[in-house]
Amino acid sequence: MANKQFDNHLGIVGWLGGGRWGVERYLYILHRLTGLGLLLFLLMHIFASSVRMYGPESWGVAMAILKNPVFKLGEFCVFVIFAFHALNGIRLIFIELGLAVGRAEEPVYPYKSSLNNQRPLMVVAMVLVAILIVAGGYNTFFGSH
Amino acid sequence: MKETAYWTWFIIAGIVILVIAGLHMVVMHLPMFGVFNPESGAVTDWGNVAFRSQNQFLAFTYIILLGAVLYHGFYGLRTIVFELGPKKSFQDGFTVILWIVGLVLFGIGTYAAIAAKALETAL
Amino acid sequence: MEKETEKANSITVYIRRFDPEKDSAPRQQQYTLQVEKGMTVLDGLHMIKQTQDPTINFRFSCRMGVCGSCGMMINGVPALSCNTQILDVTTTALTLAPLPNFKLIKDLVADLVPMFGVLKGLQLHIRRNDVEEMEKPTYEYYQTPHQLEEFLQFTYCIKCGCCMAACPTMATDREYPGPAPLAQAYRYNADSRDDARDARGDLVAASHGIFSCHYAGECSNVCPKGVDPARAIQLMKKDLVLSYFGLAKHKCAHLHKKPDKSTYKAKIEAPPHTV
Repeated sequence: MANKQFDNHLGIVGWLGGGRWGVERYLYILHRLTGLGLLLFLLMHIFASSVRMYGPESWGVAMAILKNPVFKLGEFCVFVIFAFHALNGIRLIFIELGLAVGRAEEPVYPYKSSLNNQRPLMVVAMVLVAILIVAGGYNTFFGSH
Repeated sequence: MKETAYWTWFIIAGIVILVIAGLHMVVMHLPMFGVFNPESGAVTDWGNVAFRSQNQFLAFTYIILLGAVLYHGFYGLRTIVFELGPKKSFQDGFTVILWIVGLVLFGIGTYAAIAAKALETAL
Repeated sequence: MEKETEKANSITVYIRRFDPEKDSAPRQQQYTLQVEKGMTVLDGLHMIKQTQDPTINFRFSCRMGVCGSCGMMINGVPALSCNTQILDVTTTALTLAPLPNFKLIKDLVADLVPMFGVLKGLQLHIRRNDVEEMEKPTYEYYQTPHQLEEFLQFTYCIKCGCCMAACPTMATDREYPGPAPLAQAYRYNADSRDDARDARGDLVAASHGIFSCHYAGECSNVCPKGVDPARAIQLMKKDLVLSYFGLAKHKCAHLHKKPDKSTYKAKIEAPPHTV
């Protein structure tokens, strides 16, 4: 037999592609994307905040640039992805340390899995994310500072 | 076993970030709860910034936060890149580069925190 | 609903075809199939092969969800074709494709051999340090029902590869063992009779190992046997972290002492013989 096989690995589509998947898989995708976004923000934040060591004048110049409404919107976006990454991260810590996946049980059809064990945690985390986003949005756009 | 150590500290760093970045958010965005913003203006006004830079506790948490965030972020990035299935040589090089970049950034951030503190005492 | 499914339904079946001799990439072929209530996807494939296209290839053996040969993508979700009734999935169009994240041999046949290789490499059998007892067994290793429950769920794995097809990490990472082998590694690590927990832990905790699982949870959703690989993997991570901090308390089962027959007395006497 000719050993000519087709490589059927899904590649990056397997990570990002949609399909008839469960909610947790979409949260997995979002967790990755928000993580990368936060890392990008962090790098900018380190350099921007380090300007303070040059004294008040330089700091004033940097802050004047950041007064731009684009940065205001950017700040809100960072807050949204931070809220998601943080709360989904708490959920993942509980799960990956084996605290929220339950114990092994006899599989009886219709099968229940560890996804059912962690679902209340997921719902609570996502509700808190929504609340934080609303509160953060109010604070960012209508807050006193 | 090495990967277990990397990963465990990745999780610990995540928890540290949760606590300190949570505090950071309260200090920066909810000034009414904070004792770290003595001046009435915005939290980014120089008076407030200088006060926070001089505060020993905040300077210390900044440095811890910086280290935790860099480790957590770069380990996460490394995981994502490794899962794309690059060559072994690339993986080793990438790990080394991330360590170097991480340490340099940590150096910059720490220097800024210490220099800002020194600057204030000099003024 | 009941009325609708009772009469014969004509549905369109799209089957991914690939012939390594002719094709360079898979193509899709369309068939029309009369579906009756209770017809499984595998029955449908047999029907098409018998009446329409004898060249179509698929793998099957037991036809009852035990052997794990006939896993395929059924309308985009990995499942056993013998275990899935067509009318449960669709009443209009059915798309069949081979399991992804494996190499494709022909049509709907994915090459599961690499997965079996990984399973072999993880030393999935009871390993003990008391070699002498293993060579010349004197008596059994005692295990309570509770200790059995710790791993019983994960023994039901039939190695069909559905979880491997659903796993996002598997899609790119060729070194990742995959949900099924990792779950099987935990099955033996959780076994109170096993003594090789640390060795197996080192195997799975390597780079591209168990920590490349980020709980997308899809493996557990699609498992046709309810094995829940995602749970096994998280429990194994817990054990690994505990043993990293030196907190793991794994007690290896000792040899059950042979009872002395001469002094043995049953708690409840057997009733006297009647004949």
